[in-house]
Amino acid sequence: MSNVFIAFQTNEESRCIIDAIIQDNPNATINEQPAMIKIDVPDSLTIKRSTVEEKMGRAFDLQELQIHLITISGHLDESDEEFTLSWKQ
Amino acid sequence: MDMRVKKKLGIKERYTVMTRDLGWETTFQPMDDVFPYDKFEGIKIHDWDKWEDPFRLTMDAYWKYQAEKERKLYAIIDAFNQNNGHLGVTDARYINTLKLFLTGVSPLEYMAHRGFAHTGRQMRGVGPRVACQMQSLDEIRHIQTQIHSISNYNKYYNGFHDFTHMHSRLWYLSVPRSFFDDAITAGPFEYMVAIGFAFEYVLTNLLFVPFVSGAAYNGDMAATTFGFSAQSDEARHMTLGLECIKFMLEQDPDNLPIVQRWIDKWTWRGIRVLMLVGTMMDYMLPKRVMSWKEAWEIYFEQNGGALFNDLARYGIKVPKCAEQAGIDKEHITHQTWAALYQYGAATDFHTWIPNPEELDWLSAKYPNTFDKYYRPRLEHWAEEAKKGNRFYTKTLPQLCQVCQVPMFFTEPDDPTKISYRESDFKEEKYHFCSDPCKEIFDHEPEKYVQAWLPTHQVFQGNCFTEEADPAAPGFDPLAELLKYYHFNNGRDNMDFEGSEDQKNFAAWRNESVKN
Amino acid sequence: MAVVAIEKYEFSPADSQEKFNGNQVLYIGWEDHLMFCAPFAFAFPPTMIFKEILDKVIPDAFGYHPETSKIDWSQAEWFKSGKSWKPDVNKSLVENGLKHKDVLRFKTPGLKGIKGSCS
Repeated sequence: MSNVFIAFQTNEESRCIIDAIIQDNPNATINEQPAMIKIDVPDSLTIKRSTVEEKMGRAFDLQELQIHLITISGHLDESDEEFTLSWKQ
Repeated sequence: MDMRVKKKLGIKERYTVMTRDLGWETTFQPMDDVFPYDKFEGIKIHDWDKWEDPFRLTMDAYWKYQAEKERKLYAIIDAFNQNNGHLGVTDARYINTLKLFLTGVSPLEYMAHRGFAHTGRQMRGVGPRVACQMQSLDEIRHIQTQIHSISNYNKYYNGFHDFTHMHSRLWYLSVPRSFFDDAITAGPFEYMVAIGFAFEYVLTNLLFVPFVSGAAYNGDMAATTFGFSAQSDEARHMTLGLECIKFMLEQDPDNLPIVQRWIDKWTWRGIRVLMLVGTMMDYMLPKRVMSWKEAWEIYFEQNGGALFNDLARYGIKVPKCAEQAGIDKEHITHQTWAALYQYGAATDFHTWIPNPEELDWLSAKYPNTFDKYYRPRLEHWAEEAKKGNRFYTKTLPQLCQVCQVPMFFTEPDDPTKISYRESDFKEEKYHFCSDPCKEIFDHEPEKYVQAWLPTHQVFQGNCFTEEADPAAPGFDPLAELLKYYHFNNGRDNMDFEGSEDQKNFAAWRNESVKN
Repeated sequence: MAVVAIEKYEFSPADSQEKFNGNQVLYIGWEDHLMFCAPFAFAFPPTMIFKEILDKVIPDAFGYHPETSKIDWSQAEWFKSGKSWKPDVNKSLVENGLKHKDVLRFKTPGLKGIKGSCS
């Protein structure tokens, strides 16, 4: 079992994205560093647009997360509703 | 009135319509003439339509989000400059990391821009062509933002004034430069494995996270900002590299040995370049983020381990060099700093001996190696420097023919012995620092016999200005070499102690808190 | 193994001897003295007498080390390409069979670097 991860710049918008990730991925581990937050999840991580919108209080296009994204690990699958990283084994 | 409600296209369909569907099979000229380079490497592609576009970013979305990033970035750069942000860094030694970055790494972004533009044009599949084109745009954005962010330091500190000239000439900068020269002179598929996969996926976190976290830890908002801004593009680059690997391996089993060999070669070449970053982490950051050893363990051993576990289903194995790199992680930064220190008369940044607290940090982070092999020489040099006998080596070093690093690496099983390897090819002898470099040479000797090795070029007389006259009395080869390098001798080079940078930083910081 | 290329791929080496203005390249490393991070590179006339290396070149290039003045050349062991080798110090480089881009190492028994760390 390997971790996938995603890292964001620390700002007010990414805070909402991260809150959404924690809600939808109960096995997530958060690692805070200067100006950056890294989230590790075993096997697979999913970001749901609907959850982000709930946290942010406005409409959100998942592609907008690119503005705050630092790096990822895992195979990516992107749709209008979900952004998923996973390792297939 | 008839109201027809059109169903909105999903992200995959939108992306297909605006990219793939704009391509066509040429009839006016044969496809092989339009794409003459994508078969010669022996990679077999049967169905380009099987390419999966991971980040489905259409041009309109691309412009929108990139523009947003640019607006934020330049606002931060302006604020940093207006506020004399440079005086907020931990101490002026930190600024030397930026000199190394600008002369050594930023030009690679430019070469990546050219490389992806060329490679993208050569791929007959529309999917990779579009992705490469966007990456090419990203890469030129990276060098632009780096130059802009770092330009403020050029107003106040030495060594930033001629980075393009220096990148093409300096002895230690031929290490990163030759890495990219090797990649862009390869075919398009090798280029994709070298840069898109090995550099951008396997190793990227080892470059950016240390540099950028290092900037954040040391109060450099300008560098932190361009770093994170670039990194968001890197996520797309990573997926392109990974997709390219998957695609080649899924298209034909015959591709596996070719791809494996490229992964082995380029992981090793990347590791050799990254030792400059590791050295920066362990020696040049006044406030350290983590040790190179720790970064290697997180980003290569764990994260890379997960990646290669995943790719095992295609038959891909962990690169052969991983074992040696795992041993080297406890040595190479100390060896590199020792080399830069003693050749400090010819570096475009200052060098110094770490203070006693910093030496203790190194002991703690490298319990198996630092006190036994490296502390004695550093302490000796510190004592000598106090006596006014600072160590500067004037004799040129032997270089590895492939990675072009001076031959300061030691045997994997004995860190007291220099690792010497050699090959004879067409009656000439060539030297290497390690088994992986020798293997790279032995596989493609005709490529590496052409290498522009700085030590040999100096001996051939190719590293002097036109005015230099070796026959003139009092000819000083080192001073003339530094003129060729466009150094301000005595200001850009030598020890941090007593440097103009040190004096200025202290004076200005003092001014900023007094009346 | 030949380079995989779109057409014939053959180039002359960048560092063949005739490019060095009458000199040949020789590398010399001092075993167990890693203070000098890498073997040094030199461009010497082929007719240079080997003794000049012991008398002038090595004290000059390696002089910073506290042990350099203690070198006893009668005890030193030499290696060429890693194999045991004995120079005739009164003969020239070319007479000693040294070719362009040869690599020599010398070992000085009993001298083990700064505090015995091989530095």
